[in-house]
Amino acid sequence: MVKKFFERFYVGLIILFLYAPIIILILLSFNSSKSRAKWGGFTLRWYRELFKNESIMNALYTTLIIAVLSALIATIIGTAAAIAINSMKKTPRTIMIAITNIPMLNADIVTGISLMLLFVALKFTLGFTSVLISHITFNIPYVILSVMPKLKQLNPHTYEAALDLGATPLYAFFKVILPDIFPGVLTGFFLAFTMSLDDFVITHFTKGPQINTLSTKIYTEVRKGIKPEIYALSTLMFVTVLLLLIIINRKNDKNANKNTIISKI
Amino acid sequence: MKLRNVLKTRTPKSPVHKSASGPNMPKAKWLSFPYIVWMIGFIIIPLVVIFYYGLTTSDSTFTLNNIALVMDPINLKALKQALELSLVSTVICLLLAYPLAMILNKSKMNSNSFIVMIIILPMWMNFLLRTIAWQNILEKTGIINTILNFFKLPTVNIINTPAAIILGMVYNFLPFMVLPIYNVLIKIDQDVINAARDLGANGMQTFLKIILPLSLPGVISGITMVFVPSLTTFVISTILGGNKIVLIGNVIEQQFRVGNWHAGSGLSLVLMIFILISMAILSKYDKEGSSLW
Amino acid sequence: MTDNKLINLVNITKSYGDNVVLDDLNLYIRENEFVTLLGPSGCGKTTTLRIIGGFETPDKGQVIFEGKDITKVPPNERQVNTVFQKYALFNHMTIAENIAFGLKIKKKSKAYIQDKIKYALKLVNLDGFENRMPDSLSGGQQQRIAIARAIVNEPKVLLLDEPLGALDLKLRQDMQYELIRLKNELGITFVYVTHDQEEALTMSDTIVVMNQGYIQQIGTPEEIYNEPKNAFVADFIGESNILPGIMVEDKLVNIFGVNFVCVDTGFGKNKPVDVVIRPEDIDLVKPEEGIIKGVVTSLIFKGVHYEMEVHACDHDWLVHSTDLFPVGTEVGIWVDPFDIQIMNKPESEDEEAVEVEL
Repeated sequence: MVKKFFERFYVGLIILFLYAPIIILILLSFNSSKSRAKWGGFTLRWYRELFKNESIMNALYTTLIIAVLSALIATIIGTAAAIAINSMKKTPRTIMIAITNIPMLNADIVTGISLMLLFVALKFTLGFTSVLISHITFNIPYVILSVMPKLKQLNPHTYEAALDLGATPLYAFFKVILPDIFPGVLTGFFLAFTMSLDDFVITHFTKGPQINTLSTKIYTEVRKGIKPEIYALSTLMFVTVLLLLIIINRKNDKNANKNTIISKI
Repeated sequence: MKLRNVLKTRTPKSPVHKSASGPNMPKAKWLSFPYIVWMIGFIIIPLVVIFYYGLTTSDSTFTLNNIALVMDPINLKALKQALELSLVSTVICLLLAYPLAMILNKSKMNSNSFIVMIIILPMWMNFLLRTIAWQNILEKTGIINTILNFFKLPTVNIINTPAAIILGMVYNFLPFMVLPIYNVLIKIDQDVINAARDLGANGMQTFLKIILPLSLPGVISGITMVFVPSLTTFVISTILGGNKIVLIGNVIEQQFRVGNWHAGSGLSLVLMIFILISMAILSKYDKEGSSLW
Repeated sequence: MTDNKLINLVNITKSYGDNVVLDDLNLYIRENEFVTLLGPSGCGKTTTLRIIGGFETPDKGQVIFEGKDITKVPPNERQVNTVFQKYALFNHMTIAENIAFGLKIKKKSKAYIQDKIKYALKLVNLDGFENRMPDSLSGGQQQRIAIARAIVNEPKVLLLDEPLGALDLKLRQDMQYELIRLKNELGITFVYVTHDQEEALTMSDTIVVMNQGYIQQIGTPEEIYNEPKNAFVADFIGESNILPGIMVEDKLVNIFGVNFVCVDTGFGKNKPVDVVIRPEDIDLVKPEEGIIKGVVTSLIFKGVHYEMEVHACDHDWLVHSTDLFPVGTEVGIWVDPFDIQIMNKPESEDEEAVEVEL
């Protein structure tokens, strides 16, 4: 009993550690004082002004567009690659996986710098496209690593059964394989989207002077003080995702309950 | 334990189909074509380019001077400090994450995704903002000191010290230690643990001889995933270190900011030596990258 | 075999949530006995084994080992060892290290451990496998290593949880003989869990048939097969015709309106009973020579014998015979009196779980 208490206490402490800064940021979004350091009373002013602030809305727009596009393209390229890697023999497979691991394990600063140098060497103007390409590059591995385990669990004979029943390979892929690996594909997309949204370092090096994402905009404000509208925007984004995940989890839980009942029988 | 045995360590096989190559799709390898082109274009060639810049001067002659810059006392100090702080952060992350992963594994929450969610969710608050929020907690008139004041305790000065940077690193990278360890722990067959108990091992012996060795691939993944970003960060040190603490990441970023690309690339190559060492160690333990997520 | 009670399970009850897995189970196991817990999945046999091994604690009741209550003793302090269903070998250790695991913990000398490894590998016919890794072995070999790893600790009891379940038929049969040989060489008690009746009949000294958390019957393989105590046992062990009957008087039973002579007594007069007749105990004869007449409705060749269904008295009788009677043949059914097994009808659901004293 005592042990159980300590375990819960420990988990609670870690969760507090992870979420304390988030609570502070949410509080700051309601702080009527412009200064981060003191509490000036409750206000909703920053939420109203947020939508009038063109530079923040622009940065938000750029961030979301890049996150959606990079996640989408990475999901397509990555899922195709995962299927291919899964059907490869041992040696090419090991090589592919090793190269896939490079952007995941390499330091962001090195990835960012190397991509920037490439764009510069090719006389490619830094801007939206260079950021998008960079985000796709670091997103693909997340998709591959999410899809691979699902492919390994796949019963190899269902695909053959589909062919046996007269399906073309393409039809069999969309009707048999894709539905089975879809949860992995979705996880991959979700992870890629999150990583893109949260990235600062690689964007910092590849964005050029013309555009800003939320991350790079925040970084330019670190010294002179963050605009409170940013806290409001982050709070909105965080709460949206939180609600979304709670809904998804509820649905899954209902399904899971059904499953556990069946497995008990 | 003999090295050979360590290398043989695998996470227990999942009870699914044995065929490693999945569905027999002879034409599937063409699906990797776009990815291979992409990898060569945006992973391999950029690395070649950074080598080129790192090993040449601005008039394209070969030089080792850019790399030798690391011996400059200021840069050397920055590298040394980055190594120290990232090592300490990695150790702290490991010490915090392993018990947490054990508890989460024991709790047998059947929704694996719920745990992943709890740990990934903070990423939806921008990482710069979350780090900035630590200023509020740590600064002279911040939350910790307000609480200490309230209880009439002496205040602490953490902000702009190495401790603040370590805290920032641990905060930002802890999830990358928890997830891989948790992922290998849930794959350990309960009967393997029962077998150890059955053969006379007590709780501690079971942990040291069975659970720990079997979870090693996850631990190694976690160490790499925390150590590399900690070693190379310039953001955390900028936000939580004021201007007082300069890490190697800050030096490199500064070189690029002032347009000194060759010097910056040279120093990046030095950094890559450390990254390569960690990657080599990781790939020995976890060939499939299966425990990363 | 001595009459010494080595393990005694007293009033064991165990449930998971609302699901009662074991309900007031009583069972003792003697020294040097090969006991098999047999039953369909979910009958509580594995839970019983895990309670003996110490991996589960019963909600109620006691586990007595050599006269001492060990209900709360953790598995690592029990003098029993387990062979797990999927072997549960330590994949990060060599075969030798796997086998040495328990001995190292007991701080045995290096020379002793080396001797034991050699001895155990020889015993399971895998000499020279010391430095192999578990995942380079076949399923059957891994199984033998799991057994070797358990027996080097010289347990008083070896618990085996469906150890042959993952092996293919031929290997399974070979391993059955191996296990009998091992048991005789080691001279220790085996408690074996399986759902495979053939395995149970081949290897056991004593079979404990379980269903839904209750013991249905305890007996030697011959007793279980020839004299099933109730319809469940009769149905689960081998194939059988279970027919409704009325005990007219001692040694005479009425089935479908026809009187059959049997050997059972003591059921009272005009009492409804279940009658069990094994398919191989039915003789097909000329129509006029049988007790009842019928027509062959299906015929399947099974290798050793033919399996036929005979329609007689509005019932399909299952018959095994080496003689062939084509479909449509009129036959007579003959059963020897001692091949007819009479059982009391269960009066209620609970009654089906009879209390059995050995």
